[in-house]
Amino acid sequence: MTEEMIIAGFGGQGVLSMGKILAYSGIMEDKEVTWFPSYGPEMRGGTANVTVIVSDTRISSPVLQEYDTAIILNQQSMDKFEKAVKPGGVLLYDPNGIVHPPTRTDINVFKVEATKASVEMGNPKVFNMIVFGSYLKVRPILSPDNVEKGLAKSLPERYHKLIPLNLEAMQKGREIVEEVHVV
Amino acid sequence: MGEIKLMKGNEVLAEAAIRCGCDGYFGYPITPQSEVMETLMVREPWKETGMVVLQAESEVASINMVYGAAATGKKVMTSSSSPGISLMAEGISYLAGAELPCLLVNVQRGGPGLGTIQPSQADYFQAVKGGGHGDYKLIVLAPSSVQEMNDFVDLGFELAFKYRNPAMILADGAIGQMMEKVELADYKPRWTKEELVEKNGDWATTGKPASRKKNVITSLEMASNDMEVRNINLQAKYRKMEEEDVRYEAIQCDDAEFILVAFGTAARVCQKAVEVAREKGLKVGLLRPITLFPFPKKVIKELARKTAGFLSVEMSAGQMVEDIKLAVYDAGSNARVDHFGRMGGIIPTPTEVVEALEDKFSWELSYGVKRSY
Repeated sequence: MTEEMIIAGFGGQGVLSMGKILAYSGIMEDKEVTWFPSYGPEMRGGTANVTVIVSDTRISSPVLQEYDTAIILNQQSMDKFEKAVKPGGVLLYDPNGIVHPPTRTDINVFKVEATKASVEMGNPKVFNMIVFGSYLKVRPILSPDNVEKGLAKSLPERYHKLIPLNLEAMQKGREIVEEVHVV
Repeated sequence: MGEIKLMKGNEVLAEAAIRCGCDGYFGYPITPQSEVMETLMVREPWKETGMVVLQAESEVASINMVYGAAATGKKVMTSSSSPGISLMAEGISYLAGAELPCLLVNVQRGGPGLGTIQPSQADYFQAVKGGGHGDYKLIVLAPSSVQEMNDFVDLGFELAFKYRNPAMILADGAIGQMMEKVELADYKPRWTKEELVEKNGDWATTGKPASRKKNVITSLEMASNDMEVRNINLQAKYRKMEEEDVRYEAIQCDDAEFILVAFGTAARVCQKAVEVAREKGLKVGLLRPITLFPFPKKVIKELARKTAGFLSVEMSAGQMVEDIKLAVYDAGSNARVDHFGRMGGIIPTPTEVVEALEDKFSWELSYGVKRSY
């Protein structure tokens, strides 16, 4: 199993930390992982993205041109990465702020209204965990146990009291993710 | 099995330094390697192992602090990124001239000048050909994963002390910023003065007892004859490195008609390019130099006798390609050597590499492989 994915959105949406939790969860499941972020000018207030690769075998290139899965959280990233999903791959997006929804018919498209749901939950900060939950529903590549362990590993201990809230957000994501188009 | 963690390459450098019994780190922040000192400052190793961590006022100060501390036989290091290493060049030449062991880390960014903060490999010449003045060489290690960022700290110190010579880890912004699974080494205690002398001989300025002559650390020799002897000895040392400490990894080279040669991040991209090329039916292998000096000449000479061509893939305008050409020339082979690179902080993609290979070796691919002899 090799999952090559990109998570892309604005800086501050939790793109990098979602990738980090995914990578740590992969380690908990004894996989090889690589987390390669955009850094520098694009991170300082602009778009942010991270390439995460989870694999059973040694990972070669940390930089990719096409992805099994793209999680897209703003229009700029949609413009850039919709075309980079492999045919038959997965595109998961939050429609908030998206004016041109994906049009490709050779990929599986899912949407999650995570911005809205996080406001309803009274905590916009759990936005990325709602998206993460949706992702794991659509691409169940890791066991929920290991994801929980990965979450605990990637949070400093002083934030461990927030784990239940994060798990709740992920559950929410699992529930509200919608199928838009399936190949 | 050691502790498993998910860490950035830069963070791992700091952690590995603490764990391998490093005595001191002197540095000055610069993107994309600032996490090295940040991690050290958060970890506060002076409380744990007694390791000194000091932010100097500049790179020039850092490298001269390294010089002073290394003269006492301590395991000391500094890290920076390209423009910062240029500032250190004078001090590095002095360290090499005075035969002082130390570990230097260059997490390269694009140049020239202030350049960009994105990853690059354009400091190859600077690292392996000198950079500072005079006939000197550094031991240069090129990690291509976060695990190797960890492993090469200890290895770098080991080689530096074996040869009494500065060692450099030549990484790039991608390896520094990337997080991967890493197995951390177990803690090794810092050397005591007695252990230092026992392991490395009695050359350092550790405090002169009445029983021995004074140890003098200098790179200055006023008499030309003496200076030439020093140079001859240095050259002999560099030849010994070439005999004993060449490291490389050969991936699918046995049946390869074309060989990609790449180090660091470019080697990771090329590993994928080999997969892509093989799927297309092209017999492509990858040679990954791990030591850039000493350069794996011998294996390239061997491969040159059975392959049609080498493509040096670098995040630069083509620097290592010159060393490949020299090795192929030495072999008396007519294998063709070409280069493909991206500059300015851009990492090539695996598909680009395969396309470049097909383009540059289109003759060989169309008319059949031209055997070298």
